[in-house]
Amino acid sequence: MTTFLDKPSGPPAAIAITLAVLGLLISACGGSSGGGGGKASNLPTKIGRGEGQLNVIAWEGYTQPQWVKPFERQTGCQVHSKYAGSSDEMVTLMRQGGGSQYDLVSASGDASLRLIRGGNVKPVNVSLIPGWRDFIPQLKSPAHNTVDGKHYGVSLQWGPNTLLYNTSKVGGSPSSWSVLYDPRYRGQITVPDNPIQIADAALYLSKTQPSLGIKDPYELTDKQLGAAVDLLKRQRPLIKKYWALASDEIDLFKNGDAVVGASWPYQTITLQGDKVPVKDLIPREGATGWADTWMLSSRARHPNCAYMWMRWVSTPKVQAQQAISFGETPANTKACSFMDRIQKGACAKYHANAPATYFNSIRFWKTPVSDCGGGQTCTDYTEWQRRWTQVKG
Amino acid sequence: MAAALDASEGLSLRRRASGALHRRPAARALLLLSPPAAWFVGLYLAALGVLFVSAFWRVDGFTGEVVHSWTLDNFRTLLSEPTYRTIALRTIGIAAAVTVTDAILALPFAYYAARVAPRRLSRALFVAVLLPLWTSYLVRVYAWRLILARDGILNWGLDHVGLGSLNVAYSNIAMWIVFSYIWLPFMIMPVWAAIERVPDSLLEASADMGARGFTTFRRVLLPLVLPGLAAGSIFTFSLTLGDFITPTLVGGAGSDFIGNVVYRSVGVANDVPFAAAFAVVPVVVMGAYLLLARRLGAFEAL
Repeated sequence: MTTFLDKPSGPPAAIAITLAVLGLLISACGGSSGGGGGKASNLPTKIGRGEGQLNVIAWEGYTQPQWVKPFERQTGCQVHSKYAGSSDEMVTLMRQGGGSQYDLVSASGDASLRLIRGGNVKPVNVSLIPGWRDFIPQLKSPAHNTVDGKHYGVSLQWGPNTLLYNTSKVGGSPSSWSVLYDPRYRGQITVPDNPIQIADAALYLSKTQPSLGIKDPYELTDKQLGAAVDLLKRQRPLIKKYWALASDEIDLFKNGDAVVGASWPYQTITLQGDKVPVKDLIPREGATGWADTWMLSSRARHPNCAYMWMRWVSTPKVQAQQAISFGETPANTKACSFMDRIQKGACAKYHANAPATYFNSIRFWKTPVSDCGGGQTCTDYTEWQRRWTQVKG
Repeated sequence: MAAALDASEGLSLRRRASGALHRRPAARALLLLSPPAAWFVGLYLAALGVLFVSAFWRVDGFTGEVVHSWTLDNFRTLLSEPTYRTIALRTIGIAAAVTVTDAILALPFAYYAARVAPRRLSRALFVAVLLPLWTSYLVRVYAWRLILARDGILNWGLDHVGLGSLNVAYSNIAMWIVFSYIWLPFMIMPVWAAIERVPDSLLEASADMGARGFTTFRRVLLPLVLPGLAAGSIFTFSLTLGDFITPTLVGGAGSDFIGNVVYRSVGVANDVPFAAAFAVVPVVVMGAYLLLARRLGAFEAL
């Protein structure tokens, strides 16, 4: 036994613990919710002086330095972007703190109508956005951002959700979403952590089980939703991780933890850039997809910078840059030649010159509502959220 | 002249004030305690109060506004939905597993560091235990993510010694490992302090009376160290119970904690009342745990 007298005594240890714990206990308080009761104000007729700042909520990859830096130089508007991982998160961020925290949001079709009806976004004057005139006809006044002839924002880009796989780990070349439900890849599958993912299962079922009678993957009866949820529950033990941010999925594929998953083209391009052997495709059952809109908060504190941003990202060159960087299709038809200039064959590769049938083949995200026409009752989005929690639980 | 007069007047005022405070210990205590008390009541208790009250409100699904009408719906959902029960049990279960693991790891380490190691080594160990706390929590969790990944260092090492590979990345096991690592210092420190306080004479007396090492440990050392263990377990248990970052980063498909549901309810679903209702669960669990810990003498050990 050693003596116990000249040992470092208790107090320093106690102080160290106390300090360490105090540091950990400092926690942030969430802001309370609050919708913007924004009224449709008179539309501006010209863009005034920039306010020097611009706060945006964006999908990961939508505010790359490549086109943000020149914008900041030209306009003096410093862009602060916050990435959101899902449409739900975007809606929540736009509503929190009274709605004046952010100026713009790159909302997809399943968020845009919720924002419009919640009064969180306000109409914009599209005549101030020259690029808008060259948009493909489907995206000039689409139902997801134009209500009663009022444009709540300008369309941006669109594309399909793809099937991503590791070519060295997945044999053959998959052509169906069925690989995501295949026990062969147990523990190596990853799909987005997003209730709208139910639509992917519904789309798959609409082709594989026609007896269910699924016409639109976003308009599901109780029974159809039940079938989709059952499929997802069977998929659950096969899942390695439900990814929340695109970078999560990139990590999973990079470290070999996932070999097949539901993805966006952005992940494919990033992974291929890092020399990970991956490929993506639109399986034969078709794909869900997104059509995004830059929407202006009804309480935006930097509206001039916001208009300048909408004008900037609608120009053919920036449209081309973003399309190639993310792997999606630009709304502006004039972007095609710029795309080919940046990367040979890019216009065709990213479908910028594809016929309208391609656009129509994608089932774009929209918010499921209970009134789905024809006197039918469908399951609404709250129900989808609840069932998604059950799938993951 | 005038300045000197002012100074002396100020001095005498200060003397008088200090004299008055000296004579009235209650006033002195009030003066000393009121700022921290105000902080505690204003920020901590009031926030808890608001949390509890808002658990009885609900959100209008259409506008996302909080409706201030009383309802028990949130608690009904919590009880009727088996998913939330699973998540609560998972959270409590892993918090308990982490606490037990850390106790088992901390006991021999603290014993060695406090009673066996020479003074210099003991000091070095003290620094080594606290050193990880100097780096960000996130850095340490991300490091584990790289270690545990399928193509990570762990499997690379196992493969090199011919042990095949483990598939623990993004799972509950990964969470258990990472939590145990992250909170270990918070267990070691109080146990260390408790072991240090045990007089040698007691252990010697035990040996003199014929008790072997293990008997001495079980019947003399362990009861005396128990308050320290209980104090450490408050840290490891409560810190794990309230975490949501580690489950997000190293958890797998079914690794949601109460904290994750709360985070998503606030940040994604915009349902603050439901988040508040679920957040009441760890508060209740922790309350019960603290009562138990007090019985074991944890607060004397601090």
